[in-house]
Amino acid sequence: MSNLTTDTPAAAQLDPRILRERRERRLQYILPITAIAVALGLWEFLVWYNAVPHYLIPAPSLIAKTLVTDWSSLMQSAMFTVKLTLMALALAIVGGVALGMLFALSRPIEMSLFPFAVILQVTPVVAIAPLILIYVSNTFVALLICAWIVAFFPILSNTAIGLRSADHNLRDMFRLYQATPWQRLRYLLIPSALPYFMAALKIAGGLALIGAVVAEFVAGTAGQNTGLASRILESSFRNEIPRMFAALFLVSVLGVGIFLITAWLSRAVLGHWHESEIKRER
Amino acid sequence: MAHTSETGTPLIDMRGVDKQFGNGTVAVRDMSLTIQQGEFVSFLGPSGCGKSTALKMISGLLSVSRGTITVNGHRPGEGNAGSDIGYVFQEATLMPWATVYENVYLPLKLQGVGKVEGRVRVEEALSMVGLANFARSYPRELSGGMKMRVSIARAMVTKPKLLLMDEPFAALDEMSRTKLNDEVLSLWKSLGLTVIFVTHSVFESVYLSSRVVVMAARPGRVVHDIALSGGYPRNAAYRMSPEYAESCRTVSKALEGTMDHVELNH
Repeated sequence: MSNLTTDTPAAAQLDPRILRERRERRLQYILPITAIAVALGLWEFLVWYNAVPHYLIPAPSLIAKTLVTDWSSLMQSAMFTVKLTLMALALAIVGGVALGMLFALSRPIEMSLFPFAVILQVTPVVAIAPLILIYVSNTFVALLICAWIVAFFPILSNTAIGLRSADHNLRDMFRLYQATPWQRLRYLLIPSALPYFMAALKIAGGLALIGAVVAEFVAGTAGQNTGLASRILESSFRNEIPRMFAALFLVSVLGVGIFLITAWLSRAVLGHWHESEIKRER
Repeated sequence: MAHTSETGTPLIDMRGVDKQFGNGTVAVRDMSLTIQQGEFVSFLGPSGCGKSTALKMISGLLSVSRGTITVNGHRPGEGNAGSDIGYVFQEATLMPWATVYENVYLPLKLQGVGKVEGRVRVEEALSMVGLANFARSYPRELSGGMKMRVSIARAMVTKPKLLLMDEPFAALDEMSRTKLNDEVLSLWKSLGLTVIFVTHSVFESVYLSSRVVVMAARPGRVVHDIALSGGYPRNAAYRMSPEYAESCRTVSKALEGTMDHVELNH
């Protein structure tokens, strides 16, 4: 559109619309960043103005300073939490997809196994974690199991529903052309299930992180190779509130990071065809 | 038409066919019909007359409760059914995640036809329906009529002898429908196809077919079998001709006879 000269009536009609679109796109970034900056500034100001002691509410500048001074220990813990979260998510994907396929293939299997999946899902992970920590001697494996339990269910149920949701006429067509079961799975069922799976992945990514953090809270600070939850607990015992905030900040950065990656992945996979990811012009 | 006078073994032979569904509904009762190679047959009737059910049984998508159907010498759905039969559904039934090209290539892919050979045949099928320039588009970018064209190209890509169409144009606007009717007629003529076309439009059935099979509902059955061999080549002039009007009157009358008791149920 840029090669249109501005004096033609078409360009005159188009121009404000393009400008508005550009402004909207810029606002998409500017608005949230400004809002966060304003909130931080207000926080900083109120802490300073009211002379709130740092062991109650630390100023953002102090949290940033703590983040720098404790960088190596915090980063080590963050890496631990990242590793735990990603492994739990990976296992949840493998297990959820495999079992979901089995469910989609056989109603009897689904009916027999689904209650177990539901029981795992509805029992709070904090309530099961102590038991798992008793039965599994390796703490990392125990934490992994806890995080996996939380992330597993959405993948399982969405994969099973997705695989069943293929259009019936398309199924008929595959039958007409005598497709093999493998062809049917590869070219019809899996593509039909993808939107459901991507939605589950967005949820499971966040849940895996929550599971990893919660399980570590239950496990306590035993051992030296521990995650961000241990840093938070440890700081709480020592009354190091700025450090607690710094660790908390890292947990939410991880959560936002996981969300952005799964959202990007979903757009990359579905963007060219699925209604949920297509940008509509108005 | 020369080919309608052909004798010998019919392409489709239905004898005493019943279809009863699990819930007890009798969709088709005692349907007997022979269709010769090269005929253009319409199944015309009110909803619930079993016309789509009959088509699905011929394709092998539905089983037969009683009686026999022979298609091209074997039972429906057997032999190399995929390359024997092209099927066009009521909706375009395209895979939304695949381009137009991939959608048309699908039947060949399922039969193990390679990419190189496939490319020639897909391009041929796409230009047959005038969509050669849309190979890389996705279905959501196309209008209803264009989607239906893709669906026809997909049905034709295996070069079937028999084309089954289940109310393919019912959801389209009048202009697209007229255009697609002409295109189906020219495909039928140039490729020597046999077409079975399910519709509830008298005008569509008379315009297209060399033979109209009128069906009645509850239970679904054949009540009239009307040959309409004249008027070729059928085009806009045929739509205006007295012969077309006369045929429409005949078929409408036959259809009215099936509606008497149906009307009471609505």
